[in-house]
Amino acid sequence: MTLYRFLAEGMFLGFIVLIVFGGMLTVWSRLLMHAVLGLAVVFIGVAGLFFHLGSPFMAMMQVLIYVGAVCVMLVFGIMVGHSPTETDQLRWSGNNFLLASGTCIAGFILLSATLIRTHWTAAAERVGDYSMQHLGHAFLHQFVLAFELISVVLLIAILGAIIIARPPQETDPS
Amino acid sequence: MSPEMPTGFFPPELLRILFTVICAIVIVFGNAVVMGYLERKLAGRFQRRPGPMEVGWHGILQLAVDGVKLVGKQLMVPKQTDKVLYRLAPIISFAPAIMPMVVIPFAPNLQGRDFDIGLIFILAVVAINVLAILIAGWSSNNKYSLLGAMRSVAQNVAYEIPMLLTLLSVILVTNTFSLRGIVEAQSGGAWFIFFMPVAFLIFFAATLAETNRAPFDLPEAESELTAGFMTEFSGMGFSLFFMAEYTYMFIACSLTTILFLGGWSGPPLPYGEYTSALWFFAKVYSLLLVMIWIRWTFPRVRFDQLLNFCWKYLVPFSLVHLLVTAVVVKL
Repeated sequence: MTLYRFLAEGMFLGFIVLIVFGGMLTVWSRLLMHAVLGLAVVFIGVAGLFFHLGSPFMAMMQVLIYVGAVCVMLVFGIMVGHSPTETDQLRWSGNNFLLASGTCIAGFILLSATLIRTHWTAAAERVGDYSMQHLGHAFLHQFVLAFELISVVLLIAILGAIIIARPPQETDPS
Repeated sequence: MSPEMPTGFFPPELLRILFTVICAIVIVFGNAVVMGYLERKLAGRFQRRPGPMEVGWHGILQLAVDGVKLVGKQLMVPKQTDKVLYRLAPIISFAPAIMPMVVIPFAPNLQGRDFDIGLIFILAVVAINVLAILIAGWSSNNKYSLLGAMRSVAQNVAYEIPMLLTLLSVILVTNTFSLRGIVEAQSGGAWFIFFMPVAFLIFFAATLAETNRAPFDLPEAESELTAGFMTEFSGMGFSLFFMAEYTYMFIACSLTTILFLGGWSGPPLPYGEYTSALWFFAKVYSLLLVMIWIRWTFPRVRFDQLLNFCWKYLVPFSLVHLLVTAVVVKL
């Protein structure tokens, strides 16, 4: 095993540990802010995995969008309402417990069934990084419609946020 | 891993990585020292006072003394804070500041790694700083800190749009995200500042806001918010934020130099593959001096003025600029 190989495997394991650690933080922390930051750690770990798999563009996008935008928005929303001294209580009561464990087990079974049943083919040996070119071609030739529709989804999300945040309208006399 | 990789115990590529990391850290700390001294000295000059004069010749050792003082300070963690995040926030702010140094081309042969998406790399890494500011503001459990952090995010999100749009204009012309490619596209004095001066101005204004510099330094406006998100930090916590801010200024000015001022290009020098870094640093520090000059000359804007300036002037202008560039390029 060469040194490079050793380092690469070590990095891979490091990213896995980071993802698992972030995930546990997300699920188990009593403070909403810690949960969101755990999520940010998971995203950074996933970006590291993309990097490890030779797709730096995906890694950069992961950091830029999920850490730099999504997590910032989540933290922004949380920071106003919760102060660092308020921890939430664990609620293991009836419905919550059943719903949460049901969802988790169903998700786990679905994901593992998909993983096991899929026939994985090893990617062909690549020389250099073509991920950006491939992505560009795929988005603007093959999947143009889906690519454009995603921006419509974002627009609808923004509109929905405005509608939810709008103060209740007073009855207009005119 | 391809089998041709060297198999020795200490391969040259690993040495190169180590050397790059050490150089990056040296640049970060050196820049913080130089900028700290320049800022205090020039602030004094702009206000018709001498600035630091006591330690060394014209106060040149002032920063060393300050550094010793800051390291020696007791690290206070206020009660009612989130202890772990309070400790982590300065580190999260500072760590990503080192990473862009790896892809910045200082000279033709002085670059850690030429990344084909170097520009996106810098933008992605720098985006983590916003999260660090939010964490700092929230974990302090202080109204000033919280307000400062919230302002910082509103400002960063707003000014990122004109910055990216002007950046796109340059990318449309160069057809590459590689910083080296962008510099090479401007070789022979064909700097982009001559072709798109408006984009240069918009980009520079946006970087002023992105690095929280005056006249857009609302996140740390001392007259309203004491020190904004770093109100509760002292000692090394504060100085890490301080160094991170100067490093982000350096990165912003490096980007401006690479995108609009031709990077390392200039009159030929002996051993130009290495020494033309001199031109690069000369341009970067001229821009940094302009930033200091602006900070001590113009009053701070109000928050509504800040956002109006972005959404009503910078964004439309940069959009039109992008359209015009696209038309000119395709003609």
